[in-house]
Amino acid sequence: MSRARAPIGLGVRIDGVSKAYETREGEDLLALDRIDLEIRAGEFVAVVGPSGCGKSTLLSMLAGLIRATSGTIRIDGAPLTGPHPGAGVVFQSDHLLYWRTVLDNVLLPIEIKRRPLAGYAARAEELLAQVGLAGFSAKMPSELSGGMRQRVAICRALIQEPGLLLMDEPFGALDALTREQLIMDLQTMWLAVGNTVLFITHGIDEAIFLADRVIVMSPRPGRIDLDLAIDIPRPRRWKEIHENAAFLAAARKVREIFEAKGVLAAD
Amino acid sequence: MPKRRSFAQRALEPLAAPGLALLVLCAWQVAVPFFGLSEFVLPTPWQIAGRMVSDFPLLLSNGYVTLFEVLAGFACAIAGGVPTALAIFYSRPFERAVYPLLIALQTVPKIVLAPLLVLYMGYGWAPKIFLAFLIAYFPIVISTVVGLQTLEPGMVNLVRSMGASEAQTFWKIRLPAALPSIFGGFKVAIALAVIGAVIGEYVAAERGLGYLQLQANAKFDTTLNFASVVMVSLIGVLLYSAVMFFERRLVYRREAAH
Repeated sequence: MSRARAPIGLGVRIDGVSKAYETREGEDLLALDRIDLEIRAGEFVAVVGPSGCGKSTLLSMLAGLIRATSGTIRIDGAPLTGPHPGAGVVFQSDHLLYWRTVLDNVLLPIEIKRRPLAGYAARAEELLAQVGLAGFSAKMPSELSGGMRQRVAICRALIQEPGLLLMDEPFGALDALTREQLIMDLQTMWLAVGNTVLFITHGIDEAIFLADRVIVMSPRPGRIDLDLAIDIPRPRRWKEIHENAAFLAAARKVREIFEAKGVLAAD
Repeated sequence: MPKRRSFAQRALEPLAAPGLALLVLCAWQVAVPFFGLSEFVLPTPWQIAGRMVSDFPLLLSNGYVTLFEVLAGFACAIAGGVPTALAIFYSRPFERAVYPLLIALQTVPKIVLAPLLVLYMGYGWAPKIFLAFLIAYFPIVISTVVGLQTLEPGMVNLVRSMGASEAQTFWKIRLPAALPSIFGGFKVAIALAVIGAVIGEYVAAERGLGYLQLQANAKFDTTLNFASVVMVSLIGVLLYSAVMFFERRLVYRREAAH
């Protein structure tokens, strides 16, 4: 936490973005329907929604991995045409290369961007230490637990000093206790770095806990139903969050949307 | 849970296979005089070993020939097989046209081509190398294609999100992920290449261990025949070990951890 908040966040502007897929029967399936969303530089935005609402599609488009059928995405004003050099992605699966050590996995993006490795090794160790993995840099991924592996994946995204961090259900495959720890770690790191984050999840509580704004999406076709600002001072604490009135009110609003859309059964 | 083993069990375990081999050889050594078999019918291991020493220069000079044929055939199979696999993987039209044919040809016993190869290529090295190549080529192509396909799409997306080029994707992730399967193919191929070269020599040759065996047969020299068999086996073991040596240096297997 010694690092000052650097103004490295990238602003994102999504205008009327739709994505249609062709199904096997040859029909068009609308995964996203005219999405408008603006994310300010340094903002932490969580997108929550059930499976099939197109939230992962939205993230893949921001990562430059797939193209929108219509509409435009701008990052710091420039239209996005492919992977943005200032964006880092964390997926649900850690995708660590099993033949590389932890350190070499963290340094992978540096290698791909052809930057001098020597300058980043110390930074990699520092990042690993921040997530409790000091002394693990020479280990192989198979020697690590699932939570440790996902921490390495986060370090691998952060070493690029991404102005935009895209996280696609990063804690979805972890057990509850590990997930809680990683949510706390993410908050700490984000407070230190201050970059823009788009965090995709189906967990209502982790979305509200982490974000400045929670975007609620509903499926078929994917649409934004609610854009909810979360005014809870940071650092937030997981233990106390469930007693916080603002948290409970936000959670109730999100649930009401899901109940109205039939995603959650009303009691 | 594995059962706990005593110190004696653990100490003796690595000796189990060599011990069994020694036991079989001793039984062989004792059985031959016991049943009153002549050396012409079945030589003892001791007689074969003696012959390997006394005729070592002969076995070595013919062994070199066979070794060369196998290595040349194997090298050609790698030089041809890996690019074929890459073309199948990266070009859909090539895959559609070539891959089904390759799989169909895989089932053809290549050995039956040996007499034809002699007809076209003569008595020299060429038909042996070609047969070794032909028989080693298919497993290399198929295991390389399978290896290139093993990479999860998520991995490709990961490096693409970092801005990786197609070449970087290949060198950084696709090839390393394919190596275990590729080396699996190499190990099958090197064993088959030995068979290809020796079969080629059986059909028509003036040198090589297969040729030496035929000579020994013509002279009813069973001991020399066995000595040649040992020599071919040694070449096979040597080459297989060499492939394993490179595999250990280059390939990190997922299972190898812990």
